[in-house]
Amino acid sequence: MIEVRNICKSFDGRPILKNVSAIFEAGKTNLIIGRSGSGKTVLVKNIVGLMAPESGEILYDTKNTLTMNPKQTKMLRREMGMLFQGSALFDSMTVLENVLFPLTMFSQEKIKEQVCRANFCLERVNLSGVGHLFPSEISGGMMKRVAIARAIALRPKYLFCDEPNSGLDPQTSMLIDELISDITKEYMMTTIINTHDMNSVMNHGEKVIFISEGQKVWEGTKEEIMDSSNKDLNEFVFASDLFKKVKLAENAIAKENRVAD
Amino acid sequence: MRALQELGKYTLLMIRAFSVPERWSVFFRQISKETYKLGVDSVWIVVLISIFIGAVLTIQVSLNIQSPLIPTFTVGYVAREILILEFSSTIMCLILAGKVGSNIASEIGTMRVTEQIDALEIMGVNSASYLILPKIIAFMAFIPFLVILSMFFGIMAGYGIAYSSNVITVSTYEYGIQYWFNPFYIGYSIFKGVLFAFIIASIASHFGYQVRGGALQVGRASTNTVVMSSVFILIFDLILTQLMLT
Repeated sequence: MIEVRNICKSFDGRPILKNVSAIFEAGKTNLIIGRSGSGKTVLVKNIVGLMAPESGEILYDTKNTLTMNPKQTKMLRREMGMLFQGSALFDSMTVLENVLFPLTMFSQEKIKEQVCRANFCLERVNLSGVGHLFPSEISGGMMKRVAIARAIALRPKYLFCDEPNSGLDPQTSMLIDELISDITKEYMMTTIINTHDMNSVMNHGEKVIFISEGQKVWEGTKEEIMDSSNKDLNEFVFASDLFKKVKLAENAIAKENRVAD
Repeated sequence: MRALQELGKYTLLMIRAFSVPERWSVFFRQISKETYKLGVDSVWIVVLISIFIGAVLTIQVSLNIQSPLIPTFTVGYVAREILILEFSSTIMCLILAGKVGSNIASEIGTMRVTEQIDALEIMGVNSASYLILPKIIAFMAFIPFLVILSMFFGIMAGYGIAYSSNVITVSTYEYGIQYWFNPFYIGYSIFKGVLFAFIIASIASHFGYQVRGGALQVGRASTNTVVMSSVFILIFDLILTQLMLT
């Protein structure tokens, strides 16, 4: 479980995060949603330690990361996996070497076992047989899957995904979402996904946090999101015609039911 | 003020870079990779430039020292002194600042903007040590070989000119290149080369590592690397010459 308490962060005096508090539960896909520039990427970067908040607390299973010494931080980071928006694969390495990298750096296993584990991770994301290719030789969707394989190579306790569906077609996006969701259950990880893809939210949002102008303005589940009375959230969710139509259809059915009653 | 800030960032980065590697096996593998990329790949340009400069230098000196008061062997002597003392270390490193420096800055800069460095940090890898230290050590370790290679091919090119043209006889050139030879100058030149290699690799790493933005900023980092490395090479050349030769 990860808990953030009253996180504040600003750039050049401009506040980006204003007293954000949230709990991200283990074994669940926790989604952070919001418009572009709302502060969700900054929130995730603060949680993983790529940025330091000006005030507040970040607790990983009750351990405050902001008071940890460098050695403790290093140990904690070995329990983290992250899927970046652009995949962030090392382009001088092959797909297999990318997945092997965290194992080579930190695993005590023999090389043969490390290669076995890397191949297992690649198979887990349905990518067997491409280990010899370089990232530039595979598609965007495959790169995302390689990044997932690399992220889970060390069996992490925490998984962070920064807009995992950006630049992908709807079908591939769904596959990536399902993969992340399955892996979260399988490894009982605390997964935090930063997204503005409403399809992802409706499919896998076991816990959803809506950020607007640096503040957490709504928290709930994917089931509750459609019925929310929060104006900001409704504007965001129903910006898409598809969701507007779904909402109208739902309202019409509800009205018919009321009339029938 | 900005210069001080940059100096502070550079110092902090170097402190991070010069830390004990996570895995020695990975570190040595990185060193061999970087030695090939930064050193072996630079051999051809060093040889090519040294040959042409050595040849041109011999012709230029012989054409400009045509006085009955100056012995003809001076051509070989002057060519040797210029090649050993300045060309093979300082000028060669100025050229390498362009080739190696921009290579390092653009590689690290691209890794920064494509979040590869963030990925290393998230994994718990000291990205500065993993990326920068092998480059600095590999380049510093290989530069003496490049300096010696440059001296050899520069002097041999002069020898080739003496052999193939009538600007100077081979025997006079041979006498000139052996005349009043001070072996300390070779060591001095190698020492300068090693220091300049550190300047190039560390400044390039610094500019690459601090990149924020996209392709434009990566390009700017490469340019800044070449400019700043060249300036610092020239400053330290003057300081070392004062300290070691006077």
